[in-house]
Amino acid sequence: MDATALSGGFAQPAIDAAHVFRDVLQAMARPGRIARITGVSPPPGLSLAAAAVLLTLADETTPVHLAGACDSAPIRNYLRFHTGAPITGRADAAFALGNWEALAPLSDYPLGTDAYPDRSATLIVELPALTAMGARLTGPGIRTHAQLSLPEIDPFIANARHFPRGLDFIFTSGTAIAALPRTTRVEAG
Amino acid sequence: MYVAVKGGERAIAAAHDWLARERRGDAAIPEIGIDQIREQMGLAVDRVMAEGSLYDPDLAALALKQARGDTIEAIFLIRAYRTTLPRFGASRPIATGAMRCERRISAIFKDVPGGQVLGPTFDYTHRLLDFKLAAEAATSERSQPQPTPQPRADDTPHVADILAREDLIQRENAAPDVHATPDLTRAPLTLPASRALRLQALARGDEGFLLSLAYSTQRGYGRNHPFVGELRIGTVAVEMDIPELGFAIEIGEITVSECESVNQFTGSKTQPAQFTRGYGLVFGRGERKAISMALVDRALRWRELGEENGGAPAQDAEFVLAHADNIQASGFLEHIKLPHYVDFQAELELIRRLRREALAHVGGGA
Amino acid sequence: MSDYNFAYLDEQTKRMIRRALLKAVAIPGYQVPFASREMPMPYGWGTGGVQVTAACLVPEDTLKVIDQGADDTTNAVSIRAFFARVADVATTERTAEASLIQTRHRIPETPLREDQILVYQVPIPEPLRFLEPRETETRKMHALAEYGLMHVRLYEDIARHGEIAKSYAYPVRVEGRYVMDPSPIPKFDNPKLGDCPALQLFGAGREQRIYALPPYTRVESLDFEDYPFKASKPDQPCALCGARDSYLDEVITDDAGTRMFVCSDTDYCRERRDAGHRGLMAAPFEDDADAELPQ
Repeated sequence: MDATALSGGFAQPAIDAAHVFRDVLQAMARPGRIARITGVSPPPGLSLAAAAVLLTLADETTPVHLAGACDSAPIRNYLRFHTGAPITGRADAAFALGNWEALAPLSDYPLGTDAYPDRSATLIVELPALTAMGARLTGPGIRTHAQLSLPEIDPFIANARHFPRGLDFIFTSGTAIAALPRTTRVEAG
Repeated sequence: MYVAVKGGERAIAAAHDWLARERRGDAAIPEIGIDQIREQMGLAVDRVMAEGSLYDPDLAALALKQARGDTIEAIFLIRAYRTTLPRFGASRPIATGAMRCERRISAIFKDVPGGQVLGPTFDYTHRLLDFKLAAEAATSERSQPQPTPQPRADDTPHVADILAREDLIQRENAAPDVHATPDLTRAPLTLPASRALRLQALARGDEGFLLSLAYSTQRGYGRNHPFVGELRIGTVAVEMDIPELGFAIEIGEITVSECESVNQFTGSKTQPAQFTRGYGLVFGRGERKAISMALVDRALRWRELGEENGGAPAQDAEFVLAHADNIQASGFLEHIKLPHYVDFQAELELIRRLRREALAHVGGGA
Repeated sequence: MSDYNFAYLDEQTKRMIRRALLKAVAIPGYQVPFASREMPMPYGWGTGGVQVTAACLVPEDTLKVIDQGADDTTNAVSIRAFFARVADVATTERTAEASLIQTRHRIPETPLREDQILVYQVPIPEPLRFLEPRETETRKMHALAEYGLMHVRLYEDIARHGEIAKSYAYPVRVEGRYVMDPSPIPKFDNPKLGDCPALQLFGAGREQRIYALPPYTRVESLDFEDYPFKASKPDQPCALCGARDSYLDEVITDDAGTRMFVCSDTDYCRERRDAGHRGLMAAPFEDDADAELPQ
């Protein structure tokens, strides 16, 4: 295990995680809003925002799936050391991390059940950029409408059809973070 | 002229001060020590450990002192403390077959290998108040000091194994993977609950509640003909696997009470009859609870044993599990002391309106 | 300052609650099961709200805690003191100054803002519980959106009383899907639930459920076309500040049963009086910290 895995976590875990969680909570509650997260030094291939999200939410009880290039030794070691999260396949994942193409297809991940729709995965999607442009969003959390640079439209429309089951999404790019719960109605911008 | 009531903070501080004075009682009388409670009120300490779900006699004794002897209040203190403790992992299942028994009885055989060992039991005492105990610093009345009896050092095999050898009793399931056993304190209760989860809930459950439910089964509410196959009380080792070492180490010893009940047999013309069983296990010396637990466990097993659900309370898993925890129960019961005047105001307004409308209807109707 | 972890809960517990909160926000009105911990106050006394608040707090927060709309009721005092001690956060009695508000049984009269979070203490989260005691059954009803039993019960009220006889904890439907219990707030407060700029989080500790209303969410109180929902309150002004739009507490002032009505929301009332509004019974100088407690 190289040294970067052991460093690069939260400097003050309780306080830092509290700040990151507030940002993630507001992002999920107000789809389309972009916030900025700092405070960790992740290994290469992992954005600062995604690392902060994982350090805040993942632990020994949450299997994490690493997709594509995110399934690297430095990222695995970083996660194992800082969160203890078991690395798994897609069908058991509580969280899945990767870029949009590597994470596809969405049907691989648990959607929850009608009785327990909360038992679905949350996808952490690393994007090259995150801006308030592009897809048009309406629904809970959005007063009128919002816009967000989603990589595609149709998979989110398909996801919404499963309601109350469905995946929830956290988008990360560098230090930027936004989120899309399954309730958001997505259409071309 | 109306002045709004304020001073909630001062009221609380005053209440806490008074509580502290009441706890101490008459200052002319020696203050009770934790060690005295631990040593001389051991069964109260054991109950607090069992329902507090935390084995630590000193802490339980402290909790009882702080709670002024109110058992449920003491259990609450222990539970709240337990929540703050870090988890290192799970021990191996304790091997009650290797227990050093101070007490071990079976109602189903006159004698058994290992013998009937009464232990320090109340069972055959005459319940006559002993006023000699009221004398302070009572010296022993006996002419010569008696040595404290020691628990059995030899192995004491389980009585159920005797029945099992002839295949007369159902086997318990093979020990499940301890890491797959759900932890009721770390995951919300989901129904239907497995037997492992039910037993966890019962082990932490209120003794009075389980006693009454067990009693109800004996009186016909889900009757399953229980016999005490075995009751054993004594110490067992607690062992934990340490991955870095590659073997298990003993991290301590605890006293537990274990009851195996032998119940109504199942079977048919084609299926050889076997006795069924129930199981109870508690921290400390809690045989009333252990026996109650075994009876309620057995009652809750009706579905997997292919029995009829007679609709008895002890057979209703959701009812039993939802109401067995006395910390949940007392918290919710006592919360009705909190201000509810806003909701009551809403009810007052509603009832006044309904009454007005009803009276108007009567007055103006045909 | 404190030998406790920030906001008392250990990090693993906070993560568990935080994950539940995120799913709750993603499924408005659905009750997410969570492994409620034993807290230093009893179940039924706000442990769910306290756990949600503890999982959400940051050191920069300004916390307000109210019970029955008042900051000075004993349980609100106790919970506020708890967080002041274990989180070292600033506390306030002023709704406008709070970033996080924990409440029992009321929504503040002062409209909430986007930078605020409202955390509700919930005793019984299941709106169908009084119709069906078994969780196994109510879970199925929510899964299938089968709420016929509720509508029948409400209509029975109309048949018997001439109106729906539910004055608090009045059930709502969220985004046309989940029926939700808004906690025992008076039905007067129900209209504030929908289209709210603030995030609303609900914690039921003993029952082990968390649920949420994102901001700007559609929330409809259950009713019938010919019996529409009415948010009602006593038709009186506040005797202290004269407000006609706030929910009122009834206070008995003498042995003959004379009554008067005052704002339940003590901060709202104080703010109005500070601004010069006076009701019929307002004392000239009533915010006196040395006021005698009634014996």
